[in-house]
Amino acid sequence: MASDHATDMTSDHAVDIDKHVRVYITVFVALMVLTIVTVAISRYHFPVPIAVTIALVVATIKGSLVACYFMHLISEKKLIYAVLALTVAFFAVLLALPVLTYSDGYWIR
Amino acid sequence: MDIPYTVEVRRDTGLTNGKIGIWLFLASEVMLFGALFASYILIRVGAPSWPRGDTILDVPLATFNTIVLISSSVTMVMAWASLMRRRFGTFRIYMGGTVLLGLVFLVVKYFEYGHHLQLGEYPSTNNFLAIYYTLTGLHMLHVFGGMVVNAYFWGPGAKLWKTNPVWFTNRVEHSGLFWHFVDLVWIFLFPTLYLL
Repeated sequence: MASDHATDMTSDHAVDIDKHVRVYITVFVALMVLTIVTVAISRYHFPVPIAVTIALVVATIKGSLVACYFMHLISEKKLIYAVLALTVAFFAVLLALPVLTYSDGYWIR
Repeated sequence: MDIPYTVEVRRDTGLTNGKIGIWLFLASEVMLFGALFASYILIRVGAPSWPRGDTILDVPLATFNTIVLISSSVTMVMAWASLMRRRFGTFRIYMGGTVLLGLVFLVVKYFEYGHHLQLGEYPSTNNFLAIYYTLTGLHMLHVFGGMVVNAYFWGPGAKLWKTNPVWFTNRVEHSGLFWHFVDLVWIFLFPTLYLL
């Protein structure tokens, strides 16, 4: 499914694509079900920390399905993984900043 | 001068230049939305009280829009798969569907915004609405941008299919990566703003 696909449009690859189309449909159904699950869970008024955890876990599963299958990350080249690993590291720092702010400044003193 | 490595992959990276380019761009986009998500957390944690999204925002409408955007991601990937199977007619149908679904998303957001503005709920009203308008507004701009590119490939840009089908397929794949990213951002925005 990765970048070499677009440069190879032989009949063998067409058969390969047929298999992937079935995967796309399966992922689509999974995303729909998870969307319904997200909304259904929100109707139960859990305490905020539990509600946030559940919502983020479901959203992460949905996001992973989109990234892995629609964006073909499941079979990408190493360079793309390296770029994304760096991005994830910086993203984690970015999200950690509010946490540091509320830790009495222990880490930034 | 022709742009190098649009069709054949570079030996050192194993990728076309366009593929590396779009992923680097998406990495910068992650940081852009990440900064806004971090701001959201900071503002929410610092607020003495914070409203549940579903008491202010229209959850059924947003759920409908989530379904629309996920469906558009499927039509987008099917458009690319159609080109891989050398079915240009099918590509046109799926790509047209993707653009139309993007339009549906924006129309729904237009009515949603209109409703809030009619009630006098502006970005300046409170912090919740400020972050809501900022995040969804930026996301809408991305949807619009993706629609323009996809519409180009559906229309005038499709001429490339006749002269260089592999390059055209690669370009559609790259615009698809951006479109899926826009979908991915909404997958996190929806529960964050509307349900928590």
